[in-house]
Amino acid sequence: MDQDKLNEKYNQYVQAKIPKTKNFPSLFNSFWVGGLICCIGQGLQDGLMALFPTMSLEVAGTWMLIILIVLASFLTGIGIFDRIGVFAGGGTIVPITGFSNSITSPALEFKKEGIIFGLCVKMFTVAGPVIVNGIAVSIIIGIIYLLI
Amino acid sequence: MLLMYLKVFLVGGLICTIGQLLIIKTNITSSRILVLFVVIGAILEGLNLYQPIVDFAGAGATVPIVGFGRSLAKGVIEAIRDQGVLGILTGGLTATAGGIAAAVISAYIMALIFSSRTKKY
Amino acid sequence: MSKKVGSHTIVFTNKPSIIGYSATAGIKEGCGNFKDYYDVILEDDLFGEKTFEHAERKIFIETIKNSISNSGLKIKDIEILVSGDLLNQIISSSFSARELGLPYLGLYGACSTMAESLAVGACLVDGKYMKNVACCTGSHFSSAERQYRFPLELGNQRPPTSQWTVTGAGCTIVSNKKSKIKIASATFGEVVDYGINDVNNMGAAMAPAASSTLVHHFVDTNTKPEDYDLIVTGDLGKLGSEILIDLMEREGYDLGNVYNDCGQMMFHDKQKSYQGASGAGCSAIVLNSYILKKMEKGEYSRVLFCATGALLSTLSSQQGDTIPGICHLVELIRSEE
Repeated sequence: MDQDKLNEKYNQYVQAKIPKTKNFPSLFNSFWVGGLICCIGQGLQDGLMALFPTMSLEVAGTWMLIILIVLASFLTGIGIFDRIGVFAGGGTIVPITGFSNSITSPALEFKKEGIIFGLCVKMFTVAGPVIVNGIAVSIIIGIIYLLI
Repeated sequence: MLLMYLKVFLVGGLICTIGQLLIIKTNITSSRILVLFVVIGAILEGLNLYQPIVDFAGAGATVPIVGFGRSLAKGVIEAIRDQGVLGILTGGLTATAGGIAAAVISAYIMALIFSSRTKKY
Repeated sequence: MSKKVGSHTIVFTNKPSIIGYSATAGIKEGCGNFKDYYDVILEDDLFGEKTFEHAERKIFIETIKNSISNSGLKIKDIEILVSGDLLNQIISSSFSARELGLPYLGLYGACSTMAESLAVGACLVDGKYMKNVACCTGSHFSSAERQYRFPLELGNQRPPTSQWTVTGAGCTIVSNKKSKIKIASATFGEVVDYGINDVNNMGAAMAPAASSTLVHHFVDTNTKPEDYDLIVTGDLGKLGSEILIDLMEREGYDLGNVYNDCGQMMFHDKQKSYQGASGAGCSAIVLNSYILKKMEKGEYSRVLFCATGALLSTLSSQQGDTIPGICHLVELIRSEE
């Protein structure tokens, strides 16, 4: 047998050997934490619209996202967000809070290498691909929309 | 009112659970999850399929990062209506500028105040 | 007379001694199973420094100083520092050598560096080129995490096959003076790659290397696992250890009760480290606390210390390369003469 086949066999053996973890608890935690964050968002949005009756749904929605982003960023700064993240997984990564955390955490981390070359350069090491791909896809959609 | 919050909770929670399921099953990093969801959101909006979900679940559909992708695509489409071809380039970032700017400036400020700590778990 | 036996093993005829050793452990390690054995347990992961890299450096310097004073020597008695760590360009080692003003050999064997440095140090002493050599290895969770993985504050979950990089350093003084513990032989390992590319499953990537080195040692020295009181690997973790036992069985060796793994032993179950500890510091602090103390007391008299390392970089894994593993082995014996 050649090395590639041996390696493939070894990989299969290792895959079978990996301990099976229970999926349900982590799925349940991400479900209720994620749902709760969305409810907080809805609460903020409704609250804003009640406070400022002239505010449109769209503006209130944007303000709501901004508040969640700043809040997640603050929780990251004081070192609480990563602990919630360990517990909730997708429940905190998938909402906009995860996006905010993925920008704030490298900024905090690489501050030691200087403001410019550390903090500012590394700020988008995790979230960069999100923005880049998001813009790319939206442009493609725009072109298709224009053509149709 | 209460029914609305139930819908927000269920839809928001479900989207997060799908994300978690992907993380467990495929071992992909959170960065890739976010990319995937943003792209899905943009495509759904392009196909005009996301607005019904937003109407149904409100923040349950806009708070997950899928909503960010949706805003990008929605912004582009609306800007094309107003400005024509130029909208392809200006629409997406204009619609999401608030969120991105908030994330950047709060990250900047937090990083100036706080430092990272060793994880406990 | 040749000091080489078989294909991979060298035998030290002048039996270099271990005259002093010291281990410094981080907070989490200091709560683990060996908390009573470490010389120093940090109260603060930054060790009073500004960055984790500076803290790692300070841990190295303090550990080397402690081990020198444990051996009853002075810094100027040490003729060379043989040391390595996990950071890019092994800065912790080189910068601590700068601080101590010693001649310096920098090694990189990833997490296998402790055994590698002991083997190199023993060669220098056995060949009568040097009298006292300091062999030091360590790592820091936070500096490794930010170099190899993600920012510390990122809210992601660690996969179940992952391991926890140890904060801490261990230093051993190898000398031509008499002492109870001696280095009898060393087997240098080959780089073995069985095509694992999951960076969160280092145990599986390194187990074949450990198996290769162990088999070479047993063949070269014509011994069996039963001849030893303890066979300990570096940081295979729970999963990796099970794989190693299977691989050795296939080669016809039953590791049985004498086998254990430093990474698996270090933390207790409540510490949520999944497969256990890893990192260069893992085998280094277990050797320089638990194992050597037990040997001194006479509970173990013949130990195989096999430190395992994964020779990857962030670059190589991003380019899709598989993870090569390595394992170096030193045989430690206790004798009263």
